[in-house]
Amino acid sequence: MSEDNPTEAGWFSGVEPGDIEAGVTAIQEGSASTVEDWPARAVESGFAADESEYYERLHETTVAASRQAVSQREGADDQQLIHSIRTLDDCQRLANELTERVAEWAGSRDPEATVDSEYIEELADRESTDPIDERLVSLAGRIVGLQTEVQEIRTLVEQTAESVAPNLTAMAGPELTARLIALAGGLEELAKKPAGTIQVLGAEDALFAHLRGGAPSPKHGVIFTHEYVRGTAPVDRGSAARALSGKLAIAARIDYYSGEYRPEIEAELDERIERIRARDAS
Amino acid sequence: MTLPEGVERREVDGDEGLATRGEPVYGEPTEDGWRRWDRSRSKLAVLLGREVETGLTADSTVLYLGAASGTTVSHVADVAGPTYAVEFAPRPMRDLVGVAEARPNLFPLLKDARKPEHYAHVVEPVDLIVQDVAIRGQGEVAVANKQFLRDGGRLVLAIKARSEDVTRDPDEVFDDVLDTVEAEYEIRYTDGLEPFHEDHLGVVAEPK
Repeated sequence: MSEDNPTEAGWFSGVEPGDIEAGVTAIQEGSASTVEDWPARAVESGFAADESEYYERLHETTVAASRQAVSQREGADDQQLIHSIRTLDDCQRLANELTERVAEWAGSRDPEATVDSEYIEELADRESTDPIDERLVSLAGRIVGLQTEVQEIRTLVEQTAESVAPNLTAMAGPELTARLIALAGGLEELAKKPAGTIQVLGAEDALFAHLRGGAPSPKHGVIFTHEYVRGTAPVDRGSAARALSGKLAIAARIDYYSGEYRPEIEAELDERIERIRARDAS
Repeated sequence: MTLPEGVERREVDGDEGLATRGEPVYGEPTEDGWRRWDRSRSKLAVLLGREVETGLTADSTVLYLGAASGTTVSHVADVAGPTYAVEFAPRPMRDLVGVAEARPNLFPLLKDARKPEHYAHVVEPVDLIVQDVAIRGQGEVAVANKQFLRDGGRLVLAIKARSEDVTRDPDEVFDDVLDTVEAEYEIRYTDGLEPFHEDHLGVVAEPK
C-alpha cells in the first residue's frame, strides 16, 4: 500500500483485528483511488463482527494514528532545527576551507587546479599511487562527502522548518526561519521578541556600537538575506526591514501559539512591500 | 426548517443560543449536560441558527474537512453518526485527538484535504461534507472531495476570502470559488456569515 500505488482495499485489509500498530501504519501510509462502503466491507471480510465493532476499532486506530503522527511531526522540534542549521553552516564552512586548502596544495603539483567544486569532484575520482597525490585524492573525496551531507542537511532543515514554523517558513524560507529561531534560542523565545529585536537579530555588534553611541542604528540583521530587504532600494531598506520583521514577529507568534498556517499574513506583507517599493517610482 | 435532533435552542448560563449534549471542549458554558454552540466560533452554528437546511441529522455520516482543534466538529459529533475529521496541521490535531477520545463516533485523520486519495481508504461514503479549510484552492478541495458524498448528500462550505487572495475584493473571490464548485455541485444557498465571521461566505450545495 504505497502512496504511488493506490489499492482498492480499505485500511483494515491485511490487518489483524487488535493489531493496533499495523492498523496505524495502514491509516498513515495507505491510500485508495475509490471510496467504498468500508464498514460493510470490513464486516464481510471478517475484520469486525458488526459495524459497531468496526467503528470501535476504527476509533481506537485513528486516535492512535493521529496521536503518533502528531508526536512524530512535533518531534521535529525547534531545538532539532537549531542543531541542523548550525551543523549545516559548519559543514559548509569546512567544505569551503578544505576546498581552498586542497586546491592550493594541488595547484603546486597540477597546473590545471582551480578553487571550485568541479575540480574537487574531478580530483576525487582520480586514481593515484603517488603518496602525496593519494592524500589529495582522499581529501577531495571527503570534501565531496561533506557537500553531499550539506545537501542532506539542507533537505532536513526544509522539512523541519516547515513543521516547526509553517508561517515563518512560508514567509522567510526554511533557512532564514532556522537562523532566526537559532539566534533567538528557540521558537518560544522568538515568539516573545518584539519586531524591533527580530529586525536586528544577527546584527548585535552593530547594535551595541550604536547603543554605546556614535554609530548609526543597524537597519537589519540576518533578515538582510530576505529578498524583500536585499532586493529593495537602499533608501527604502529600513522600511522594508521594519515591515518584514513586523510580519515575521506575527508569524512566529502564530507558529508558537497555534501552529496553523495562515496565508493572509504573508499576503499582507507582499502588499506592504509593494507599496514601499512603489515610493521610488513615484 | 427546524433544528436537527440533538441541537436545541436553550438557555445556557443565562444566554439563549444553540446547544448540544457532550463533553465540554473549549471552555464553553454548560448547563444540565448541554453545551453552548457559540456562533462566533463556529460557521456551521451560524447557518444552523438561521435555520438553513444543512443536511445535518442525528443519523448522518459526516466528513469534516479542516477540523482544526475540534471546536465545531465536537458539536457535529455530539449530534451526528460516524464523523470523520480531517486536519492537516499537527498542533491543532493534538487538541483534536483529545476531543475525539471522549467521542467514540469521531475519527481524527491527520491528512491533507487536497489529497483525498490519502484518506479514501478510511472514509466511507457520507451524507454531509463540512468544509472549513483556510487554504488557497477551496473550490478545488470541494470538487476533489465530492467522491465521498452519497447521492442526495450535501456540502456545507465556509469560503474564507482572505485565504484565496487578501488583496482582492472578497465578492470577486467568492465568485471564483463558486465557479469552481459549480462545475460539480448545484448551489442551494449562499450568504455572508457576518457579523460573526468577516469576509466568509456560507454555502450549501448538492452534488450534480
